[in-house]
Amino acid sequence: MKYQSQRIALVYFAVAMGLFAIQVLGGLLAGWIYVAPNTLSELLPFNIVRMLHTNSLIVWLITGFFGAAYFLIPEEAEREIYSEKIAYLQLAILVIGTLGVVVTYVFNLFEGHWLLGKEGREFIEQPKWVKAGIVVAALLFLYNVTMTVLQGKKTAITNILLLGLWGLALLFLFSFYNPENLALDKMFWWYIVHLWVEGVWELIMASILAYLMLKLTGVDREVVEKWLYVIVAAALFSGILGTGHHYYWIGTPGYWQWIGSIFSSLEVIPFFAMMAFAFVMVWKGRRDHPNKAALLWSLGCATLAFFGAGVWGFLHTLHGVNYYTHGTQITAAHGHLAFFGAYVALNLAIFSYAMPILRNRDPYNQVLNMASFWMMTGGMAFMTFVLTFAGTIQTHLQRVLGDYYMDVQDQLAVFYWMRFGSGVFVVLGALVFIYAMWVPRKEVISHDATQAAE
Amino acid sequence: MSDASLIDELPGELLMWVLIVSELLVFGAGLIAFMGVRLTDPAGFAEAQAHLYRTGAALNTAVLVTSGFLAAQALHWRRAARRGAARLALIGAAALGVLFLVIKGAEYAGKAAQGISYETHPFFMFYYLLTGFHAAHVAAGAGILLLVAWRDDPRNIEAGAQFWHMVDLVWIMLFPVIYLLG
Repeated sequence: MKYQSQRIALVYFAVAMGLFAIQVLGGLLAGWIYVAPNTLSELLPFNIVRMLHTNSLIVWLITGFFGAAYFLIPEEAEREIYSEKIAYLQLAILVIGTLGVVVTYVFNLFEGHWLLGKEGREFIEQPKWVKAGIVVAALLFLYNVTMTVLQGKKTAITNILLLGLWGLALLFLFSFYNPENLALDKMFWWYIVHLWVEGVWELIMASILAYLMLKLTGVDREVVEKWLYVIVAAALFSGILGTGHHYYWIGTPGYWQWIGSIFSSLEVIPFFAMMAFAFVMVWKGRRDHPNKAALLWSLGCATLAFFGAGVWGFLHTLHGVNYYTHGTQITAAHGHLAFFGAYVALNLAIFSYAMPILRNRDPYNQVLNMASFWMMTGGMAFMTFVLTFAGTIQTHLQRVLGDYYMDVQDQLAVFYWMRFGSGVFVVLGALVFIYAMWVPRKEVISHDATQAAE
Repeated sequence: MSDASLIDELPGELLMWVLIVSELLVFGAGLIAFMGVRLTDPAGFAEAQAHLYRTGAALNTAVLVTSGFLAAQALHWRRAARRGAARLALIGAAALGVLFLVIKGAEYAGKAAQGISYETHPFFMFYYLLTGFHAAHVAAGAGILLLVAWRDDPRNIEAGAQFWHMVDLVWIMLFPVIYLLG
């Protein structure tokens, strides 16, 4: 660790990994409810389990991004973080807010209260006081990192990262706007989650990936930066108007069908470019970096993001196709692989790279870490295929033949069982990963490049 | 690596080429979608197309191509160190861009007076989508031309002219397909 304040990242990573464990366990429970629908139906209904699964995902990914920023900005800016205290205060606010959401939601406290009660809007159901807390925490964070960068060296990586993080925080402000009209509500609702994952998060992803490539492959910064700018341009060009692919059937004018179809089709390009970038850098790189696990996660991230977000996204983005597939298991298949590839794997890549440095050790538990990569990736890929088949059958039975929703669900039972099985594998992989990160033992991979790994 | 040297040989900014290729993909996809939907209703599309004002569009083609010529001349003159002439050419090019928008605006006003909107027929939805999106680029492009007339580094002028030629090129694709194709 070159800069003392980088250690802030360790606490953020710890919180992120804790939430990661909760998220996958929640997912496993939700997957079980699919095959045994009465499980906990009174105590913890499916909608709440699903909320916990998706929201803990978003929260831990963002916590990981914050941690990544605190880790890499000192190295890029070549100075300590402006204030460590602010960083810890920010995390405390986020943790209290997260607990507040969970408690409020699970016990449905203060129902209907404007400040303390849940809002009931999917993904942004947080009570107003939590939303305000999130904004305060975001402002603290932006102030802290922006001051650091302004006083230090400015690089393309930190510029793009800050642009992405500022965008993330500003777009969240739309969660305070709740129009009466349901179509307008949904229209602005997508300004948050779509413009996050298919807009500014891609900037965060590209900049963290660029940082990892710079460190792991030793390619010239100039080359990395050129790729970074092209990727960011392609991401924003396609992603902003690509929001239109959520406006097909919510009551917005018909021209959105064409705007959404055309622009969101182009969203494949930045993901393809990120994959090409990662592989070209590794081929061109001369450095044989000892942290093989971080490299595996980086390449895996770019590849799985291309397939999950790019290919599986394109699969149902054209409005003629989406007319049939909308809201079926096809969507679930895409959502799972896209989030895992683009953002989960990205976080796990930066954790894998940063943790040994934060703990002042050589890379450790690499074989275990890489095993967890293949367990999670194998599990997620299997789940994606299973849900894609389930979604294809569901689309045909329900949307083409017109069978009843619940009759069709019965037909899909076998797929839901297989999905549960793959989920078990993913959870085990996640636990192995967390173990590999936090319980270092002896070195398994030799530093001597002439010796094969044990 | 060979592809890196190819990129280095590109005239002008790499990012401008990325933007140009992206724009051409969008307008190309829009025109393909237009042609595809047209196949489902040739008679309705022909009927709708008869409401368009072709002379105005032809005039606009001349306006835009002339403007493109001026932008190209501006770069030529700037490189020959004739800064004043280059600036005048850029301002002229931007003015012709504004003239294009005025003619276009008259065209839209005429449609509105006839009660034609994007909901009248799929033809008009594509008409408004494609020409409207293009007009937005003309407005942006005119602003860029004025910007590079002010900050008149040859590389800036080159980037502005690149963008402007793309706007030209897109119009030359839109005009025959939307207005003329029978």
